[in-house]
Amino acid sequence: MTNFLKKYRFLMLRRLSQIGILVLYFSANAYGFKVLTGTLSSSLLFGVIPLSDPFAVMQMFAAGAILGADVLVGALIVLLFYASIGGRAFCSWVCPINMITDLANWLRRVLLLDKTEKKVWLGRSVRYKVIVLALILSAFTSVAAFEIVSPISMLHRGIVFGMGMGGAAVLSIFLFDLFAVKNGWCGHICPLGGFYSVASRLSIIRVKHNQPNCTLCMKCKDVCPEKHILSLIGKESGDVTSGECTNCGRCIEVCDDDALSFGIRNYINKNG
Amino acid sequence: MSNLDSKKPVITQRRRFLSVMAQSVGLSALGGMVWTGYIEEAKSAPLILRPPGAKPEIDFLRMCIKCGQCAEACPFDTLLMAKPGDKKPMGTPYFIPRDVPCYMCTDIPCVPVCPTGALDEESVSSVVEGEKVLDINRSKMGLAVVDEESCIAYWGIQCDACHRACPLMDEAIVLEYKRNDRTGKHAFLIPKVISEACTGCGLCERACVTEKAAIFVLPIEIAQGKVGGYYIKGWDSKDEKRLEDVSTDVATQTKRSELAPQDYLNSDEVLFDD
Repeated sequence: MTNFLKKYRFLMLRRLSQIGILVLYFSANAYGFKVLTGTLSSSLLFGVIPLSDPFAVMQMFAAGAILGADVLVGALIVLLFYASIGGRAFCSWVCPINMITDLANWLRRVLLLDKTEKKVWLGRSVRYKVIVLALILSAFTSVAAFEIVSPISMLHRGIVFGMGMGGAAVLSIFLFDLFAVKNGWCGHICPLGGFYSVASRLSIIRVKHNQPNCTLCMKCKDVCPEKHILSLIGKESGDVTSGECTNCGRCIEVCDDDALSFGIRNYINKNG
Repeated sequence: MSNLDSKKPVITQRRRFLSVMAQSVGLSALGGMVWTGYIEEAKSAPLILRPPGAKPEIDFLRMCIKCGQCAEACPFDTLLMAKPGDKKPMGTPYFIPRDVPCYMCTDIPCVPVCPTGALDEESVSSVVEGEKVLDINRSKMGLAVVDEESCIAYWGIQCDACHRACPLMDEAIVLEYKRNDRTGKHAFLIPKVISEACTGCGLCERACVTEKAAIFVLPIEIAQGKVGGYYIKGWDSKDEKRLEDVSTDVATQTKRSELAPQDYLNSDEVLFDD
C-alpha cells in the first residue's frame, strides 16, 4: 500500500488539486460557499484576490477591448505565478481537460493502441501557430477567438453552470486523443498549453535528472505526455528546462531508480 | 545515364523551405477561415438580452471574459451562461424573461462583480446629492413591445397584468383609456410602453396571461426603428429649430443635377431614349 501511494503520489495530488478546484468553483455557484467564485476564465479568490486567464486577456486586447483593472491585475498575478514558479503546471494540476486526455492516454497504453494503430501525423508546434491564429482572428472578428470555442471553458463552465451540448466537445477531444494522435489536444493543438509553455520557460520548479542512477528503462518516456523534453535521460544530469514540461511528475513516480526528482532550477552554476 | 539523372527534379534547400512555408501559410489560412466562419455564426444572436449595464453588443462581446461572476451574483438565477446548444455566443450571460425576468435589485449585485467592465457600473448609476449611487431604473436591457392582436386588453377584456407587474408602473407602462365602440358602454384599458422609461426587465412578459406572452422584451436596436434626419415635427418648436441648420446646397452631384431641370427634361437623352 505504501508502495502504491509512493508510485502515484503526484498523480493523486494532481487529481486532488484538479477536482478540489472544480468543487470550490462549483460550490461557490451552487451553495454560495464563496472561496473561489467565477470560472477559470476569471475568478475571485476569498472575495479579494482577482485571478484571470492571461491568454484570454491577450485575445481580448487583440479584439480591441479596453479592460477593467480587476481583470488585468488578475491576469498579471496568474502569469507571474506560472512564469516564475509553477511552470506549465496549469495543464496538469488545474485544467479539467487533463483528466479526459489522461484517461485517453491510459486507455492507449492498456489497449496497446500505440503499437497497432495507423499513425496520424501532427506537429507539436501546431499549438504555437494556433496561438498566432487565435490572436489574428480575435482582431478580425472583434471577439476572443479561442475563448468562444475553447473546450476547456466548455467543460469547466459546464461543470459549474450546466453542460448543455458541451459534452460533445469533450468527447471529441477524448476520441481524438484516443484514436487520432497521442496527446493530440494537450501536447499538439491547445493554444493555452502553448501559451503557458512559452510563458513559463524560465520558471524555477523543474524536474531534475540524476544520470548516474539511470538504468535506461525508459519508463519515464513511456508516461511523459511531452516526451521530447526528456532528451537528457541517460545522457547527462541536469534540469528539464523545456517550457513544454507540465510538471506533472509522472516521470518521477514511475522511476524505480531514484534518477528523477522535483527541484529548484539551477540558475547559478550551469555545470553543477 | 547522366541525362536521366538530370531529369529528376532537384529538391534544393530553398525549394524545401518555400514549400514548407507555403504549406504552413495555406493550412493556417484554411483553419483560420473555418474558425472565422464558426465565430461569425456563433456571435450573431440578435435577439439576446444581456444583464443590466451591459455595453452595446459589439463591445460586450469584446469585453466579456465569460467568467460567470454576474450569474453567480444574481440572487434569482435570472442570468444564464450560454451553453453549447443554446445557439448564443458561448459562455456569455443572458436571460429569458418569460422564464425568469430581472427583478431589478436596487443594489444590482451582478454589475460591480464584473472584472472587465463589460457590465458598466457607470451606465446604471445616477448622481444623488453629489454622490454616485447605483440606480437600476437607468438600465436598458431591452424594450417591451406589445402585440396588439394577441393582447386581450386590446380585445376589450380587462387585463392590466403587465401594468401592475411593471416596477415602473405608470412610467414605463401606462394604461390608455379609449372608448369601446363595439359595446358602446365600455372602455379599453390599453397598455402602452414608454420607451424612455422601460428598462427591459421583462417582469411584464413574465406576468402576461396569454399562452405566449403578448408583451415581450426585445433588444432595443431590434425593437426600435429610426426616423433619420429627413422628417421634422413642425408642431414641435424644438424640433423645428433643426431647419435653421439645414443648408440649401445640394450635396450630391449626379448626372441629373448638373443641368437645370428644364434643360435636363428637354435633352436628347430623355426624349429619344427608346
